Amino acid sequence: MAPPGNRRPGYSRRAHNNIFFAYVAAAVGTVVGGALLFGSMGNTGNFASLRNLASDVTQPAAQLTAQGRSAAGGAWGVAAGYFTSGPENARLKKEVALGRVQAVELAAVKQENERLKAMLGLTSDTPKPIAFGWLVASTSASARRYATISVGSLQGVKSGMPVRTHQGLIGRVLEVGLHSARVLMITDPESVVPVRRASDSIPAFATGKGDGTLQLRLLTLGINPLKVGDAFVTSGSGGLYWPGAPIAVVSSLTRDGAIARVLGDPAVSEMVAVLPAWAPGDDPTLPPPADPVKAKADADAAAKAAAKADAQAKATAAKAAKQKAAQ
Amino acid sequence: MPANRLLRGSARQISRAPSPLIAYAAPWVTVALASCLPGWPLISMAPIMPPLGFMTLLAWRQLRPGLLPVWAGAVLGMVDDLFSGAPFGAAMALWSITMIVMDLIEARFPWRNFLTDWLVAGVFIAAYLALGWVIAGHSGGAIAPALVVPQGLVALLAYPMVGRTVGLIDRWRLMRFRVLG
Repeated sequence: MAPPGNRRPGYSRRAHNNIFFAYVAAAVGTVVGGALLFGSMGNTGNFASLRNLASDVTQPAAQLTAQGRSAAGGAWGVAAGYFTSGPENARLKKEVALGRVQAVELAAVKQENERLKAMLGLTSDTPKPIAFGWLVASTSASARRYATISVGSLQGVKSGMPVRTHQGLIGRVLEVGLHSARVLMITDPESVVPVRRASDSIPAFATGKGDGTLQLRLLTLGINPLKVGDAFVTSGSGGLYWPGAPIAVVSSLTRDGAIARVLGDPAVSEMVAVLPAWAPGDDPTLPPPADPVKAKADADAAAKAAAKADAQAKATAAKAAKQKAAQ
Repeated sequence: MPANRLLRGSARQISRAPSPLIAYAAPWVTVALASCLPGWPLISMAPIMPPLGFMTLLAWRQLRPGLLPVWAGAVLGMVDDLFSGAPFGAAMALWSITMIVMDLIEARFPWRNFLTDWLVAGVFIAAYLALGWVIAGHSGGAIAPALVVPQGLVALLAYPMVGRTVGLIDRWRLMRFRVLG
């Protein structure tokens, strides 16, 4: 291909200036971009309002594709179902028969549980979802794992609220627009979720690895008690995530923990529920926090005592000085 | 193809002209659209989609040098930053540098063909993904380097297709549908 001829603009001073100032503008763009990048390195929440505006504007198109995606997935499921329907049907009938028995048992256990809770004066700890929405977009081309959901501040969503599908936890709300919100997924390397083993409450931290798995790090070091297939749920310690939400299943072991596969795969289910952020103070099984009034009184007393001591020290110092002067 | 027939000297071309608005806006709009497109088709758990916005920018730059001004990288990069998930300013800086370096490369090696274009774009894409990985790592999202490799391969293989699509859009951009007089 021949080289373009627009690099030599002839004798026109205006054309020369145009080329020169275009390069100046490009250099300025580089410098400004670098400065903005440097500024938002430590604080990725910078320019959240701009991002929210952009996601609000593109939300209708994104939601349309999300619905198309869901319909396509459903159509594929229907088509695939034709080939496996016979054995599947037989298996499901068996499962339903078993499930009915278990459902009756479960209902009995539930009732007993409620009765016991009522005796202890505990309230139910199932959160009521704030809003339901679609997962409309994700940062598929980036090393970071953010997703966009189709509900925002108009639906009552606030920053910090946990987001889950019917299968498990997905992440928490980071930035909120009017009718869209940005979610930090639990598979992002920046996300840390306190979890516990469902069977015996061994505590651990689940950090994202960026590839759809979580790194589980046990709080107690020593012999690694985990096994492949162990299920983990959120522990709720520190607040934010509701305790007891299923999150991941161990797929392989590491020296100080395990790699776990996420249960709430967002590629499978695109409907999500936004839950209110959980505050540990809401848990009636925990001891009540220190009385703020009493704490304040204590602090005041301590300050008074300190002032008194200070005054005494000053007085003795003054006495000493007087005595010196008298001598 | 009707677009083709319109372009070749048929009778329908007479006293018709391309719309200047579409002719100049098409590259900007397509790059901005390509920036938000990768997020839509699937909610992915790993970086797998190629950086379509950046590839479209490269393709326009190689197909029509001078159509996008040198400073276009800053503006379009800012749009990309709104959707990409990278810290704000990353694409703004990287795309600006890309546009300047593309200009330098073009001045140094003016004679180009399909393979050299692909090679140059491949080097740019690899460098862009590597730097994006470094930036993500420094802003709190350090992931294994092996996770970016498949994305780079997909981007490298998909680049000629992006170039083809940009070529199609370019032909549509210059279609003469505005009736004169």
